[in-house]
Amino acid sequence: MAPILSISGLSKTYDTGFQALKSVSLDIEKGEVFALLGPNGAGKTTLISIVCGIVNASSGSVTVDGNDIVRDYRAARSLIGLVPQELTTDAFETVWATVSFSRGLFGKPKAPAVVEKVLRDLSLWDKKDNKLVTLSGGMKRRVLIAKALAHEPRVLFLDEPTAGVDVELRRDMWRVIRELRDTGVTIILTTHYIEEAEEMADRVGVINKGEIILVEDKAELMRKLGRKQLTLHLADPLSAVPAGLSAHNLELSADGSELVYTYDTQGERTGITALLQDLNAAGIRFRDLQTRQSSLEEIFVNLVRTPS
Amino acid sequence: MNIHAIKAIYRFEMARTGRTLFQSIVSPVISTSLYFVVFGAAIGSRISEVDGISYGAFIVPGLIMLSLLTQSVSNASFGIYFPRFTGTIYEVLSAPVSYLEIVIAYVGAAATKAIIVGLIILATAALFVPLEIQHPGWMLLFLLLTAVTFALFGFIIGIWADNFEKLQFVPMLVITPLAFLGGSFYSISMLPPFWQKVTLLNPVVYLISGFRWSFYGQADVDVGISLAMTLLFLGLCLAVIWWIFRTGYRLKS
Repeated sequence: MAPILSISGLSKTYDTGFQALKSVSLDIEKGEVFALLGPNGAGKTTLISIVCGIVNASSGSVTVDGNDIVRDYRAARSLIGLVPQELTTDAFETVWATVSFSRGLFGKPKAPAVVEKVLRDLSLWDKKDNKLVTLSGGMKRRVLIAKALAHEPRVLFLDEPTAGVDVELRRDMWRVIRELRDTGVTIILTTHYIEEAEEMADRVGVINKGEIILVEDKAELMRKLGRKQLTLHLADPLSAVPAGLSAHNLELSADGSELVYTYDTQGERTGITALLQDLNAAGIRFRDLQTRQSSLEEIFVNLVRTPS
Repeated sequence: MNIHAIKAIYRFEMARTGRTLFQSIVSPVISTSLYFVVFGAAIGSRISEVDGISYGAFIVPGLIMLSLLTQSVSNASFGIYFPRFTGTIYEVLSAPVSYLEIVIAYVGAAATKAIIVGLIILATAALFVPLEIQHPGWMLLFLLLTAVTFALFGFIIGIWADNFEKLQFVPMLVITPLAFLGGSFYSISMLPPFWQKVTLLNPVVYLISGFRWSFYGQADVDVGISLAMTLLFLGLCLAVIWWIFRTGYRLKS
């Protein structure tokens, strides 16, 4: 299947000389949720801004469903909805007016039923006659999403959609995103919240210093890079790791009641069997044990720390 | 042509006028009425006629032009500057609209507002002095051309300005003096010969002269030249705007 968004050799150098993107290439499949992770200044927003037509690229090309974003900008842009990072809304417009405005701006005829559905889906219906200036930050964020959805886009960009949004609202938004994906909308989100990517994404891309350093299926990424930890809750606290166990990669908790064993799920052997045998031989008994997979956050931090 | 987008921006801009009715419509009418009272009634009573026209009637076209210029410039400059300032411009830039459509919508709305103000002033003036309009078609043409041209000029200022001070600077320090010195309140034939020549460098002279001709059939400069100069300035503004969009100047980084 042809990708819905195809980015090839995209570079951007700002007038200040800052190189925000260095020959980025990326394909996004139709209907997937793609999370673009990266630290501040990595180039996430620049990448989105170029695709959406807000920033001119220095070189490279982008197509949206086969339409070049420069040559066929009308076709390309009418497929895209953008929810920007900043809460930029007009002040004195009503929710209804601003969402209807967005629909018109993207070349669609008036359709009160569509606007109503978007507002209801985002729990904004009872605020439809409120002026934007009276809304809370979280509500404004919803309005921005409503504006982006008003013209029924096929590709939705969410630039840090839940920044500064409380937990409840964040979960609400995740629900909305899932529902959108179920209707076939392709979603590309940038986020600082790894939890968000872990929760939502089908694939994850990591961008750092203007370069895509990794694109991977989320589950695959976690499997590949994920390390697991086995925590043993000891029946009797230890003062030090016994000499007979020094061959294993063990850490003792400060109070001596837990032994933590870190292993690689990709390794030929996990070493768990040997560890348990050695523990038994050393006469160490444990009350409980648990294993934990490292989160996307830990993977991410490791990735951007390592010089690529 | 993305007609829906043009309509959406145009309506948005016109709705802004509705919300700021006092600022947009009432205040220019009041200030012009004040000009009219001071220059027309108080001073005008001591000047009997200019070129055979009563002074009160003589200044009407100039007064309308004065408002038309400041209104079209400030409406258009504010209309495009404000979304840049608040950041909401992202939506227009990411929409499937051409530059031409953006200009038509913003400039069209600004010109519409300016023309409405101009016509209201005309109606207000009719309460003070008996008016005649010899060439109503030409009057409307000059009104339209001037409003569009200066709305384009305002659009350029709104894109060039990176703070509110700059936004105010041009209407206050350029447009108003040029309009005052462009023969709003006098005929340039009343000036000493040297200043008559200098004043011809002021583009507003041609606008006011042509506009006054459409009322009274008399002009400081030939009406053909007035029209040509207006069109020249229109062309100049269009060229600058074409360049702005081609390079993304101050719009796209």
